Amino acid sequence: MLLIDCPYCGARPELEFVYGGQAHVARPRNPAECSDEQWADFLYWRDNSRGVHAERWRHTHGCGQFFNALRDTTNDHFLATYRVGEAAPALERVARPRT
Amino acid sequence: MSATFRAASGGRIDRGRPLHFRFDEHDYTGFAGDTLASALLANGVHLLGRSFKYHRPRGILAAGAEEPNALVTVRRDGARVTPNLRATQVELYQGLEAQSQNRWPSLELDLGAVSGLLSPFIPAGFYYKTFMWPRNAWQRLYEPKIRAAAGLGRAPEEADPDTYSSRFAHCDVLVVGAGPAGLAAAAAAAASGARVILCDEQPELGGSLLSEATVHSEAVIEGEPADRWMANTVRTLAAHPRVTLLTRTTAFGYFPHNLLGLNQRLSDHLARPDSGQPRERQWQVRAKEVVLATGAIERPLVFPGNDRPGILLAAAARTYLNRYGVLAGSRAVLVTACDAAYQAALDLHRAGISVKAIVDVRSGSADGVLPEAARRAGLPIETRSTVIGTSGRLRVSAVRIQRLDASGVPAGPARRMGCDLVLMSGGLTPSVHLFSQSRGKLAWDESLGAFLPAQAAEPVRSAGACRGVFSLAAAVQDGTRAGLAAAQSAGITVAAAIAQMPPPETSAVGILGALPLPRGIRTGKAFVDWQNDVTSRDLALAAREGFRSIEHVKRYTTTGMATDQGKTSNINALAIVAAELDKAMPQVGLTTFRPPYTPISFGSFAGFARGELFDPVRTTPMHDWAARHGAVFENVGLWKRARYFPRQGEDMHAAVARECLAARGHCGLFDGSTLGKIEVVGKDAATFMNRMYVNAWTSLAVGRCRYGILLRDDGFIYDDGVVARTAEDRFHVTTTTGGAAGVLALMEDYRQTEWPDLDVWLTSTTEQWAVIAVQGPSARRVLEPLLEGIDISAAAMPHMSVARARICGVPMLLMRVSFTGELGFEVNVPADFGPAVWQAIYDSGQKHEIAPYGTETMHVLRAEKGYIIVGQDTDGTVTADDAGLSWAVGKSKPDFLGKRALQRPAFASPYRKQLVGLLTREPQCVLEEGAQIVSTPQRAAPEAAIGHVTSSYYSASLGRSIALALLRAGRARMGETLYVAMPDGDIPVQVASPIFYDPQGSRLNG
Ligand SMILES: [Zn+2]
Repeated sequence: MLLIDCPYCGARPELEFVYGGQAHVARPRNPAECSDEQWADFLYWRDNSRGVHAERWRHTHGCGQFFNALRDTTNDHFLATYRVGEAAPALERVARPRT
Repeated sequence: MSATFRAASGGRIDRGRPLHFRFDEHDYTGFAGDTLASALLANGVHLLGRSFKYHRPRGILAAGAEEPNALVTVRRDGARVTPNLRATQVELYQGLEAQSQNRWPSLELDLGAVSGLLSPFIPAGFYYKTFMWPRNAWQRLYEPKIRAAAGLGRAPEEADPDTYSSRFAHCDVLVVGAGPAGLAAAAAAAASGARVILCDEQPELGGSLLSEATVHSEAVIEGEPADRWMANTVRTLAAHPRVTLLTRTTAFGYFPHNLLGLNQRLSDHLARPDSGQPRERQWQVRAKEVVLATGAIERPLVFPGNDRPGILLAAAARTYLNRYGVLAGSRAVLVTACDAAYQAALDLHRAGISVKAIVDVRSGSADGVLPEAARRAGLPIETRSTVIGTSGRLRVSAVRIQRLDASGVPAGPARRMGCDLVLMSGGLTPSVHLFSQSRGKLAWDESLGAFLPAQAAEPVRSAGACRGVFSLAAAVQDGTRAGLAAAQSAGITVAAAIAQMPPPETSAVGILGALPLPRGIRTGKAFVDWQNDVTSRDLALAAREGFRSIEHVKRYTTTGMATDQGKTSNINALAIVAAELDKAMPQVGLTTFRPPYTPISFGSFAGFARGELFDPVRTTPMHDWAARHGAVFENVGLWKRARYFPRQGEDMHAAVARECLAARGHCGLFDGSTLGKIEVVGKDAATFMNRMYVNAWTSLAVGRCRYGILLRDDGFIYDDGVVARTAEDRFHVTTTTGGAAGVLALMEDYRQTEWPDLDVWLTSTTEQWAVIAVQGPSARRVLEPLLEGIDISAAAMPHMSVARARICGVPMLLMRVSFTGELGFEVNVPADFGPAVWQAIYDSGQKHEIAPYGTETMHVLRAEKGYIIVGQDTDGTVTADDAGLSWAVGKSKPDFLGKRALQRPAFASPYRKQLVGLLTREPQCVLEEGAQIVSTPQRAAPEAAIGHVTSSYYSASLGRSIALALLRAGRARMGETLYVAMPDGDIPVQVASPIFYDPQGSRLNG
């Protein structure tokens, strides 16, 4: 079970959260101006990153807020969590070489 | 039977507390502190079971969790039967009853052993090869037979009467394993001020130190006898307020973000557990830092006949002697590939066991410190030799020893040596299971011949034997180092200097894979995996048959796939495959380590979530009233909903018919409290609703209701429900029962992330309101006497209006709405007033023949009117137009969820599935929901369905069956005859309007 750092509440176990898909996929301001292809891109096309992935989570069983996170999909480490409307923080990968 | 194989003194058992126990049909005596295995050995019992595939007699191989053979069933009573327990981990208690497994009719005479005679015909992968034909014979014939013949223990058939507890915990440093390294790590971390949890699977802390001799021990730690160091360290830890010590606790799984699952066994070791005492407790420990001190497991040697009872791992025999005072035999032969195992021979010799020979299979001359000590003690050492066979039916009675020639192959005369005990040591394998589970990378250490922890993926350190640091002094030093470093990483200021990591040691380096065999002679089976009966020949065969990946070899031969997960076998199996393929070990790869480390009971995972606590149950305020009035309930999500209210002698069909007629003829009373309710409030509430729902909300006047449809942005119907505008800035939104949480989440998503500028707030009020639907021509007359401050005449309160007033003296939100097609009201009152208001309405309705009705009747009434149920008549691919609801869509609005998607050409296709009614030619025939619709009767070839039945009922009001269906180009097919294909023939149906009852809707205006 992941430990997720809600930007409003702090670290909480994964079972309090619901995954919300890829982050920073903004709904077009004026959908009527979109071509069918553009609208299909918005609806259906998502990244399948190996490595850092910007994604949404909702602290459903907590504050109820949506927020964004950077997660490394290869090891499930969260590199950052941040509020909706904020830009993704610059990545300073924290290496943990240990034995 | 007297215990004749107990040393006169020594060990950690309590000789003052004899315990009587039973194994199969025999009674024995052991001592407090014994395991079942040690007590059986003390009674001279070596035969404990039959092997999985060949039914070969098997005894005890090991002394701990790695035991592959000695699996037993422990029985307390009819329900408390635990199969497949390792006798090496079962603590003895007074009256313990254990049974051997996989034998029939008895352990000594096992008829299944015949399969051993057939063994030349049971090669690797035999399941796949032999049983492919005829095809269905596998299910009917072969598999049941194989399962009956080969098998581990049987699961208990009664419900588990015990309770299981669970607990969350947090700490700075979790130390797994309380051997020398783990004790040192916990002590160092605790002394630095860290909150420490130390767990160990054994009943006593000490790990390998518990296997050191209790008398004449030479083991020394930090200048004092190891025994005293251990006692002092444990005492210090136990007294430390920030340290939690957990014995009988297995860290079975390592999960992301340093969450470890611990299984603590609380009462299995007690003769009579207190009633109500939990049997086990599952801990979920979130640790800032983890120190793994999980030790190492001795590898068996792979030589012919290495599986007879009486053949043990050398370290296990040493444990039985030093910890339990048990002599595993009287005449011993040691076969070894490392120096460390000589200590076992020395200890056994000192205890009076005759060491007949030490067969050293290495090419060297065995001149290390321990071999020299053995020579000085007069023990006969056979260097550059090996064992090429053993004999003895139910216990080993002799070995055949042969010297290795210059090329390392057994040659020359073979010597037979009588013995009743064979000890073997192929070297130590560090236990990297948990480290690997944590997704840490392992690296092959060529000089050590072992996989060691390398790059960690979590905040974790390994210390001691599990990273190849085997010697006592170095392991303690390594533990201290890891404990201090972990405390520091956990954010604690550590005063002590943190030492360098001691390097791995080669003292326990042994041999990997199978021992060499003499040329030109067919030898017996050399076992690699005892529990799944996999031999070196099976593995070699798999490699020759083309299996290259160890993962494939594993599945083909089943090596490492038994309940012990190959703790003693994996590395040998890997080495045999690598040799056969002429590849280096890391190139062949290591199979994945998966939780649990040892088998864990289901009860432990269920914890408290059993019976009533398995799932929460939601009940409405009127639930008890319904129960008192004989309601039959159905589960809708977590809700209990009254389905129908049968009277004396009524079945569901009769009850539903009566309830339908009552609602249409007089008045029905329905509990609608489970409907989702969301209060949408704020200056921009109307704007928000306009963007979310398809309808035009700005034009909805305060005091009016509207049927709302919510699409997803892909254009498909997501939910529906009546929305009431109760103020300029306030909407009372109702949702389907099942959709409530999802609709609120969807609304919050758009509110928070797409339109954060809107001034609007969302609150779930589902549980705050009791909703009482009063439906039928008499509804107004039933309600009127109870109301204050409101006129509900047709003129004052038309269909689809909403008002606040009081009923029975309590505040009420009254909506004039109908899901039945009749004159109807929905009375919303604060939940706590629900039962009283319901009762008052029911009483008032008596003179109008009011009848409570349930969800089944609600379904029929709405289907008669063609009202859809989202999720039943829609399936996530249905648009508002498909469902015949395009009239509700505010087409002139610039945008709403799903609007852009609706402009896709595919959505304009006339061939889409559309909602229609179906009338069977035979009026009493009720179609099956989900049945497929085709256009031609008696088809010669299969035909693609053009639709399916979504709702189907018998309508008492119409005196015939009705059905709703999604049908391609359905609205253009009105009047057509189609066919519903069923297994026993087609049912002809006519396509009709989905509104079967009162198509003009005049009854709504009653
Ligand atoms: Zn939160």
